[in-house]
Amino acid sequence: MNKLKLATVWLGGCSGCHMSFLDLDEWLLDLAAQIDLVYSPLADIKEYPEGVDVVLVEGAVANEDNLELIKKVRDRSNILISFGDCAVTGNVTALRNPLRDTESVLQRCYLEAADIQNQIPHQPGIVPTLLEQVQPVHAIVNVDIYLPGCPTDADRIRAALEPLLTRETPNLTGEQIRFG
Amino acid sequence: MAVKTLTINDRLVSARESETVLDAARDAGIHIPTLCHLEGVSNIGACRLCLVEISGSNKLQPACVTKVAEGMEIQTNTERLQKYRRMIIELLFAEGNHICSVCVANGNCELQNLAVEMGMNHVSLAYQFPQRTVDLSHDRFGIDHNRCVLCTRCVRVCDEIEAAHTWDMAGRGHNSHVITDLNQPWGTSDSCTSCGKCLMACPTGAIFAQGSTVGEMTKERSKLEFITTARKKGEWLVVGS
Repeated sequence: MNKLKLATVWLGGCSGCHMSFLDLDEWLLDLAAQIDLVYSPLADIKEYPEGVDVVLVEGAVANEDNLELIKKVRDRSNILISFGDCAVTGNVTALRNPLRDTESVLQRCYLEAADIQNQIPHQPGIVPTLLEQVQPVHAIVNVDIYLPGCPTDADRIRAALEPLLTRETPNLTGEQIRFG
Repeated sequence: MAVKTLTINDRLVSARESETVLDAARDAGIHIPTLCHLEGVSNIGACRLCLVEISGSNKLQPACVTKVAEGMEIQTNTERLQKYRRMIIELLFAEGNHICSVCVANGNCELQNLAVEMGMNHVSLAYQFPQRTVDLSHDRFGIDHNRCVLCTRCVRVCDEIEAAHTWDMAGRGHNSHVITDLNQPWGTSDSCTSCGKCLMACPTGAIFAQGSTVGEMTKERSKLEFITTARKKGEWLVVGS
């Protein structure tokens, strides 16, 4: 059997779920032997490749870069896992949604609450524009597996990935799907 | 007292005639999920989680306000009911701003527990992200309307047990919310006795104790000062001396 092509993607989130992924500790060694990590913030690969078997998507869709990337990820991946509460629900990333307009959010964060260099970042092509509303991943593209948790703890990540190594579908139930 | 015999999930159960289907089921150890029900106060059948199927009726009935009857045949956990219950929880999550990870009730929340019980691994409905307020005007308690599921347990416990009736409902539909006194800041309420029963009754983190959120803990150093002063004055009691 060919090695499973695994990718991990970081959208609008704190990377805590990726930190949790590293909490897999020694199982990471077993995992590494059975997969090819083809794209990840943990690896220096610039372009999301074609033919990805499984992808863990952390974070909500918060800006135009996220939006473009998640569509590419969906097109090029077989099984897409919504990884963590931000991806599944919007979570903390979506806390700004009730405020509605992005201008007042930027103003609050970068002008009113800033100690030094009070300015709203503006670099077209470098700093992506915020979307009016932050959305969970499944509001934009089809999601195959939901893996909630803030962060998703290592046991849950393993419960989702282990069956996929033998091309079986994981079935997460009970405490494994608790939000928060 | 008359006893009624009925069948719940194909099991024969007997109950007093004054009992509800929910009482009868719980007495028999049959679990029916609830949210607006609170032991000790009246039932209102608002959350619809306890809906059950009763033979001979197409209409689903809330177990908490349906009285038992002779020969009733009840199903409490059919696929249809499971589907509806998950839908109800999804609706509640989509309607408010429920962000478990940053909630004071995370890990101790009936709504969060129900989501686990219903197997809700995501919300398939569009989140509404409503604009709701937080009232921190009371000295000891706060209410975050973002987390309120409108179960009215606070209203009933305040009215029926504390007999203060500080809490009530205002608005309709999307704008429904709980209020204190004449829709005024909680801290200015004349009727509130600060008993804290609403806090205990609230199933989510909507009503919470002041000082319980992240970074809010204050140390009461004055208590230490009292001990030191007492020791200096020789008022400190040592057992056996």
